[in-house]
Amino acid sequence: MLKRLRENKSAQGTLLALPTTFWMFILLIIPLILTAIVSFGKRSPDGNVIYTFSLDNYIRLIGISSDCPAGQTTCFNPLYVQILWRSLTLAFNSTVLVIMLAYPLAYFIARSHPNRRTTFLFMVLIPLWTNFVIRVYAWMMLLRKEGAINAVLGWVAHLLHINFVPLEMLYTPGAVLVGMVYEFLPFMILPIYTSLEKIDNSLYEAAADLGANPFRTFLRVTLPLSMPGVVAGTILVFIPVMGTFIVSDLLGGKQVILIGNLIQRQFLDARDPAFGSASSLILMVMTLIVTYFYTRKFGFGEEIVAA
Amino acid sequence: MTSEFAVELRDVVKRFVTPEGNEIAAVDHVTMQIKNGEFFSMLGSSGCGKTTSLRMIAGFEWTTEGEVYIEGNPMGHTPPFQRKVNTVFQSYALFQHMTVFQNIAFGLEMEGAKEDEIKQRVGRALEMVQLTGMERRKPKQLSGGQQQRVAVARALVKTPDVLLLDEPLGALDLKLRKEMQLELKALQQQLGITFIYVTHDQEEALTMSDRIAVMSNGRVQQIGTPVEIYERPSNKFVADFIGESNFLDGQIKSLSKDEAQVFIPALNTELRGIPISQGLVKGEDVVVSIRPEKIRITEKNAKNDNFFKAKVTNTVYIGADTHVYTESQGVKIKVLEQNHISRLDTSSFYTVGQEVGLVLMPENTLVLKKV
Ligand SMILES: Nc1ncnc2c1ncn2[C@@H]1O[C@H](COP(=O)(O)OP(=O)(O)O)[C@@H](O)[C@H]1O
Ligand SMILES: [Mg+2]
Repeated sequence: MLKRLRENKSAQGTLLALPTTFWMFILLIIPLILTAIVSFGKRSPDGNVIYTFSLDNYIRLIGISSDCPAGQTTCFNPLYVQILWRSLTLAFNSTVLVIMLAYPLAYFIARSHPNRRTTFLFMVLIPLWTNFVIRVYAWMMLLRKEGAINAVLGWVAHLLHINFVPLEMLYTPGAVLVGMVYEFLPFMILPIYTSLEKIDNSLYEAAADLGANPFRTFLRVTLPLSMPGVVAGTILVFIPVMGTFIVSDLLGGKQVILIGNLIQRQFLDARDPAFGSASSLILMVMTLIVTYFYTRKFGFGEEIVAA
Repeated sequence: MTSEFAVELRDVVKRFVTPEGNEIAAVDHVTMQIKNGEFFSMLGSSGCGKTTSLRMIAGFEWTTEGEVYIEGNPMGHTPPFQRKVNTVFQSYALFQHMTVFQNIAFGLEMEGAKEDEIKQRVGRALEMVQLTGMERRKPKQLSGGQQQRVAVARALVKTPDVLLLDEPLGALDLKLRKEMQLELKALQQQLGITFIYVTHDQEEALTMSDRIAVMSNGRVQQIGTPVEIYERPSNKFVADFIGESNFLDGQIKSLSKDEAQVFIPALNTELRGIPISQGLVKGEDVVVSIRPEKIRITEKNAKNDNFFKAKVTNTVYIGADTHVYTESQGVKIKVLEQNHISRLDTSSFYTVGQEVGLVLMPENTLVLKKV
């Protein structure tokens, strides 16, 4: 038995994947099936689920409402479509911004002296040692009307004898964007760094040898060869930004409601698990669609792992 | 062509600080002049400074002291992309994200060549290295030998004045290496471009080169044609490094204009009429060097000049040659005999312990300074 296992590579693979497969089944597949079932149910008046097969929750999500002004039975209520669209654009904007900030930094680290790289990478990781929520709270302290940023600006204005009205920064879409970018920056820096660090120095030399100045070398050699890192980072950033509710909750308040907040409220405040489940599935489907088209075009950045 | 020399290194020094904090001279006062259209090799064992020398010509490193001239112009800190030399890298350094065509076209695009011209020139370059039809492959889809050809084509398509090659065949197996040696040599002759070729393989250097610079410890030991380097090594290092040599310690007994008499204490023999080339003085301690294939084995009682008796200690038959190991008064001497005639007749072999006579032909014997 053991001897046969030793010779059978594919059986070894199956065996190694077994524990994970087991947990994935218990903790992912089964809950997912339950969510799907609940999403077709209805809310009972006391906040429980009535199991039926009804598409009401999905109809409500795409904006067809039964809660209408007097005289109408159905009407269009774009609230949920707006929330979905807001989540999508915010995730897109955050990802682009994160790439723009992470790339130069990753490039700088990858080209710095090998002895220093570890220190720099360490510094990138340090914020992750602090709890996610606490880091968002820190941004509240900074962005508040009485916060650090306004205090500094007020002090400068005072010195320059300018009249200063504290800026309203907290509870704006901008605050949520800043928070998202800050939270997920390391997840972009690391894969880009990894793919840049892998580029053999002789390739830069070859490009120079063939007549490319540093700028064209970057465009034609460095950038394309580091794309796997950008792709991997994009997946690592885009998906969580789509679903996170803490950042928008704390920094966006009631102003910036994302799909994550919607789901959370359905389960905790509105006590409508059926509608919450439908929202969750819509989020998942949307993320899957975006990721599908993205990876079909760019791959998963698997070269970064394979090469 | 503004200068007689394609490339010239004048008293070039390159120092590095090692990670341990020591300063080493990777290239130590090197001077060499490489003529236009020449196949020039730098030959030496690993770590002797060949690659560093080549990289200073390409512009990847700058000299610590001295100057590199290309076509007579001092290079100073001219960056690589402004030098009219191209490099074939040891690791090939092909762009993995580009096809063969794109790799070769890259250098032309950087020159701003038009699309039609690029197509035409890439086509010709591919023909030259016999890779027509492979345009659309990625480097990973090629064999080592094919990748090597792409690297050559990518550099040659730029029609450089000088092509620099750093052990370009090092990663190939022996048979392919021999083929590529001849191909590269033919290509160089056909194009008339100056090749500067780095290798640690002496046979490769002897096969391909017009001239060779033998290097060791960052210094040039000798520059010369393959024949000069083999037949007239200028010091013991070169005599030992290129081919094989027997070395005998001796002392100059007397000296005429172009000949010397050398006494070999260990053999208690005097060697006469040995040609000398450099400034030696009477009484000087020297090393006599003689190649194994240039010693004649004779009867043990023959009457000859520069003759001494020896005992056969071992023989090794290797097909084309037989190696005969002998010993004379504690001095080991290796002789190489070509197997002109079939040795099926075992009586024609030397037997271990047999007494023979060895004759050193004066014209094939060298007197070298003791270093
Ligand atoms: N960048 C560098 N930093 C420190 N030492 C180096 C560097 N490059 C080369 N060396 C040293 O210089 C010497 C010559 O190296 P190299 O020119 O590569 O030799 P070769 O090509 O003949 O094998 C070696 O001792 C090597 O360790
Ligand atoms: Mg080398």
